[in-house]
Amino acid sequence: MTDYPADSILVLLETTPNGELATSAAGLLGAASRIGTPVALAVIAPSQAQALAEQAAATGAERVLVFETNSTQAELTIPHVDALAAAAAVVVPHAVLISNSIDGRDIAGRFAARTSAPIAVDAIGVSRDDEGIVAHHSVYGGAYNVDSAATFGPLVVTVRQGAIDARAEARPVALESLEVPASGAASAAIESVEAVTETSSRPELRGATRVVSGGRGLGSAEKFALVEDLADALGAAVGASRAAVDAGYIPANHQVGQTGVSVSPQLYIALGISGAIQHRTGMQTAKNIVAVNKDPDAPIFEVADFGVVGDVFTVVPQLISALAERKR
Amino acid sequence: MKIIVLVKEVPDTYGERKLDLETGLADRAASEAVLDEISERALEVALAYADSHDDAEVVVMSMAAESAAATIRKGLAMGAASAVHITDPGLAAADLGLTARTLAVAIRRTGFDLVITGNLSTDGSGGVVPAMLAELLEVPNATALSSVEIAAGSVSGTRNADGATMRVSARLPAVISITEALPDARFPNFKGIMAAKKKPFETLSAADLGIEPHDLSVAVSIMTAIAEKPPRAAGVKITDEGDGGTRIAEFLIENRLA
Ligand SMILES: Cc1cc2nc3c(=O)[nH]c(=O)nc-3n(C[C@H](O)[C@H](O)[C@H](O)COP(=O)(O)OP(=O)(O)OC[C@H]3O[C@@H](n4cnc5c(N)ncnc54)[C@H](O)[C@@H]3O)c2cc1C
Ligand SMILES: Nc1ncnc2c1ncn2[C@@H]1O[C@H](COP(=O)(O)O)[C@@H](O)[C@H]1O
Repeated sequence: MTDYPADSILVLLETTPNGELATSAAGLLGAASRIGTPVALAVIAPSQAQALAEQAAATGAERVLVFETNSTQAELTIPHVDALAAAAAVVVPHAVLISNSIDGRDIAGRFAARTSAPIAVDAIGVSRDDEGIVAHHSVYGGAYNVDSAATFGPLVVTVRQGAIDARAEARPVALESLEVPASGAASAAIESVEAVTETSSRPELRGATRVVSGGRGLGSAEKFALVEDLADALGAAVGASRAAVDAGYIPANHQVGQTGVSVSPQLYIALGISGAIQHRTGMQTAKNIVAVNKDPDAPIFEVADFGVVGDVFTVVPQLISALAERKR
Repeated sequence: MKIIVLVKEVPDTYGERKLDLETGLADRAASEAVLDEISERALEVALAYADSHDDAEVVVMSMAAESAAATIRKGLAMGAASAVHITDPGLAAADLGLTARTLAVAIRRTGFDLVITGNLSTDGSGGVVPAMLAELLEVPNATALSSVEIAAGSVSGTRNADGATMRVSARLPAVISITEALPDARFPNFKGIMAAKKKPFETLSAADLGIEPHDLSVAVSIMTAIAEKPPRAAGVKITDEGDGGTRIAEFLIENRLA
């Protein structure tokens, strides 16, 4: 058996449906590198293992444990949990970092329950003090900063996507294949998968430095294109309020807010969004907020650095041409 | 078919939500408590099934402060047959691990074919309790479902995961979690509210479940620091006089944002 550094931090790598390293991995490895030695775990189809290990090493993994399997195509959650349990048993990490994604939360929850490890969710950072690993959280829409830690033993941490700026240095590739005894735990069956292909070249909402969001004020799916036009003019990601999602202007993965994505960009532009508290919860930690709304009493103005009381259909086209003018 | 719906009382998100800076717990006095909207949608999934299946029995269960009894009762008024309320001062500061362990014992004690939860609660936003329960109960988890079909021995649905939409299914017994894409819940009517008064309402302590809340041999997550950030202040607000778009462009350029 190989031995692992005493300060190992086990990072579960997320992969895209076609076996590439997901964007969340850079933040996880970056965070891990600040508190110890990043040891990565990949659960991946045999044919894709080598390429993935190389990507992981380039992103900062000191060691890459690989569980080669095709089972993740048919079974939900369990293959990852079994692999994580096997990896944790050999690595004996100080913390286990997992993306706070839908799959990541399931894996983290099951793994924590199986190993009786305490769990800290939706961390926006991690650090180490004399007593061990500390997870940092931003709660109630950034109104409070809360730290949490384990009384003893490893802490399982789910890390908010896009929240970590730290990046780890590239390492030489050190791939090790991992033996994973099957737990036999019953899993749900995956019957079919349809990858959500992002057709656009726009940045991802999570972790974007600029976000332009639209609300019910846009009025229809066709007219929501105005939001996308401004986003493209600024190289921004596209967000939305829940009302815009409910009305079918845009798919749910663009929802910003309490039950959507939390963003902290340099710039957030809210168009035709009233600024209900559940929406503000997901965006009010943005560095700069601009809002356009025809209702002067819309609550979004309470958090806007620059607010324009006006009609999005006159203000935004003018803004887009002013930006285009400047580019020339 | 016995369906347990896990419901949670949360501070009303439309009000101001505060944390107690001493304990880190929700300050109950600061805002009104309501049944979490996602809990109501989870209950609706169970009730809709029960509407057309006479053999279905719907139980609402919650681990919550004593004062949450009225909120849980709303689940009975909406149509659940019985309620289980786990409440104990020792569980007030329970971390996710203790919460899941306690709920799992109570769920086993009540008996179940299907457990339905919300995908994320609006206060904690942990989103890990459903998977933890599935592990402790030794059953499959099918989470983040945006549509649900319950059959005699199985449950299936559409799962909107990260970057992929999938169809999943699980044999019962199972734990599922649902998203807010599922329909709004029905309102309790007068008849429901009256009937709720006569429905079984079980109150359990940690000791009733054989749970020792302060077992120091079990590792837990603790809050080590808390700080309140000053609220964001409003900036400039202008009224569009035909130059609103230009003014925003100037603001962006001045602040090096464009
Ligand atoms: C548990 C729970 C969770 C929730 N989670 C979320 C969440 O994650 N994200 C979220 O966004 N919401 C969430 N909500 C919903 C939230 O309460 C609001 O209903 C929602 O944010 C409103 O969206 P909106 O601002 O687009 O719509 P509205 O409130 O209808 O506002 C539309 C705005 O557009 C303005 N307008 C109309 N036409 C124009 C025009 N031509 N030009 C300029 N302005 C115009 C109007 O003045 C109005 O202010 C949640 C609610 C609950 C109960
Ligand atoms: N204390 C609790 N009592 C009952 N159900 C709970 C409790 N905590 C979490 N849940 C369930 O788990 C779901 C997800 O919660 P969470 O993991 O806290 O985001 C909720 O929507 C509830 O269905």
